[in-house]
Amino acid sequence: MSGKLLEISNLHVAVEEKTILQGVDLQVQKGETHVLMGPNGAGKSTLGNAIMGNPLYQVSEGQILFAGEDIVGKPVYERAKRGIFLSFQNPVEISGISLSDFLRSAVAARTGEHVKLFAFKKQLAEQMEQLSMDPSYAGRDLNVGFSGGEKKKAEILQLMMLKPEFAILDEPDSGLDVDAVHTVSKGIRLYQQQHADGAILIITHSTKILESLRVDKVHVLVDGRIAESGDASLIDEINRNGYERFQNKRA
Amino acid sequence: METNPQVKTTVEDIDRSMYDFRNADTDAYRLQAGLTEEIVRQISEEKNDPDWMREFRLRSLEIYHQTDMVDWGPAIDGLDMEHIVTYVRPDQNKMHADWAEVPEEIKNTFDRLGIPKAERESLGGVGAQYDSELVYHNVRKEVAEQGVIYSDLESAMHGPYGELIRSHFMKLVPPTDHKFAALHGAVWSGGSFVYVPAGVKVEIPLQSYFRLNAPGAGQFEHTLIIVEDGATLHFIEGCSAPKYNVANLHAGCVELFVGKHALLRYSTIENWSKNMYNLNTKRAIVAEGGKVEWISGSFGSHVSYLYPMSILNGRGARAEFTGVTFAGKGQNLDTGCKMVHNAPETSSYINTRSISKADGAGTFRSSVVIVPGATGSKSSASCESLILDDEARSDTIPAIDVRCDEVDVGHEAKIGRISDEAVFYLMSRGLSEQEARAMIVSGFAENVSKELPVEYAVEMNQLIRLEMVGSIG
Repeated sequence: MSGKLLEISNLHVAVEEKTILQGVDLQVQKGETHVLMGPNGAGKSTLGNAIMGNPLYQVSEGQILFAGEDIVGKPVYERAKRGIFLSFQNPVEISGISLSDFLRSAVAARTGEHVKLFAFKKQLAEQMEQLSMDPSYAGRDLNVGFSGGEKKKAEILQLMMLKPEFAILDEPDSGLDVDAVHTVSKGIRLYQQQHADGAILIITHSTKILESLRVDKVHVLVDGRIAESGDASLIDEINRNGYERFQNKRA
Repeated sequence: METNPQVKTTVEDIDRSMYDFRNADTDAYRLQAGLTEEIVRQISEEKNDPDWMREFRLRSLEIYHQTDMVDWGPAIDGLDMEHIVTYVRPDQNKMHADWAEVPEEIKNTFDRLGIPKAERESLGGVGAQYDSELVYHNVRKEVAEQGVIYSDLESAMHGPYGELIRSHFMKLVPPTDHKFAALHGAVWSGGSFVYVPAGVKVEIPLQSYFRLNAPGAGQFEHTLIIVEDGATLHFIEGCSAPKYNVANLHAGCVELFVGKHALLRYSTIENWSKNMYNLNTKRAIVAEGGKVEWISGSFGSHVSYLYPMSILNGRGARAEFTGVTFAGKGQNLDTGCKMVHNAPETSSYINTRSISKADGAGTFRSSVVIVPGATGSKSSASCESLILDDEARSDTIPAIDVRCDEVDVGHEAKIGRISDEAVFYLMSRGLSEQEARAMIVSGFAENVSKELPVEYAVEMNQLIRLEMVGSIG
């Protein structure tokens, strides 16, 4: 079995006619955890959105192979069904649909099977407990009135419930206090442990969340291109020196 | 001949075509189209009216002729009264209390709509009207034993409640109210009479289902509910009809009398076919400390005029109106509600959602009147609209008339569209675009669905889903 899960080559992506990604190459194997870092505006979120298929992000060149198949042009929900997941930096609030009902529909869509209510509720309650989420959130409207921390936890909860093959976590830690960062980090770690074949791409600015996670590769995205890739030691270097070296390298 | 062999197995898998099947128009008795004194006399005779009712009908007919057509709402030019058949009696005109005795074809109709099943599972009593007449009426033994009367109006007029009916019938909605109220007074047929004695709490809902099968016909059922002091009741009405190319008319009338400290919840899921002119009048009067709750889902009809009115007539009386309308292609749904604060410390709450799609138009009119002396009254309204595309339109028209001090009145209106980001978010979790949009719209209409018994909430969400698919007209 080939370990290749995601192979991006020469990816160019534009948003409203403005080119953001200018030839990104990236390979992710099954079971790996990658970290994508880079200065503001480098195009990190653009890459996440392009992989997920957000129609606002137009792929003008290059390909995204997922499990060997080019998914460029495939609708968002098909990508989700194949196992791609994107946790949002700013999750959307949906009134009138409870977190629990939404997740049950999502799990049904993901698996293509009817989801038994009792077993689902039990599993949901367990996972929420792991994330220190108050059980009442299950019955609340999706993200409506959630604090920033609860929204981020709800995204990780979805990760844990949907068990994707490949999860893009777009700044899962931004705006969180120390305790919430630990909780989110714990959720990601549980996903790593429970889903050995699952791969993750974490987009982040801060490295606090990475402290207790296994990291296989780190990529630095600058001006729409991967400026450097390396192992976890790259994180320490960025912590010490910032992105200047990579920007100079590009210049 | 039946055109659709589909059977409704569970509430989950309803299909719009379920409502569109039609039975052959084999009525035993069908009056000629149009409206004349002779026709009204025939209806009266056919129904074995007491004298007072015959006179009432004839007086209403005179008022009808003297009253101008409404000229302020959506166009109703397509409705030609010369071509509407006012009375269609189904074959084997007999009211049944045993489901097995209902004629096979009619029984199949209601079976498909899930009516007897719903009764077995969650209702305290059921009435089923087919065209102009009730074909089935039954109330659970334990509910009847509480002294609750749930029957057709026609036979009740001849029974011990005859005087009570006479003193309440069209007193809240007099025939002089508007042209279609006058029409209703002249040709009404079918509907329900419910009487809940003082202090009696009816724990399970009663339901009436109205089905109009005959093409080019009108349905004019009258619902009269009296809930005495301290009593509670939940009444549900559902309506549907197959689609024909000719105009059908529904001009029903609902009159609700809510006693002191009584509670009446009146829920409606209306899904008339899209050739229907739904010109319905509903009104409630609420005594001291009593409360009326209107739950209203309007999905069907070509044109609707529907503005349930609550008259808060005693100190501390309350009214709530929770509604959703979905105006799809070719529909013009003009709805709203009226709250009349006629006593001190009364309160009203209006919470509505309007969804419009394609060339559908939704108009919400609210009218809040606080009379002199109704001090300490409160009213608040929240009206939200969701427009699904560029063609659709939505209007909110609030009218507030306050004639005294020390009141608290608020109105809030919002209009919006489905955000692309929300659709992307849901799609990224595996939902198709249609499913994502349907979920957002269902969520938007949750103010109503969460107030309905679960079977009805499921059915309502299915209706939304079907409307969102867009393949149905």
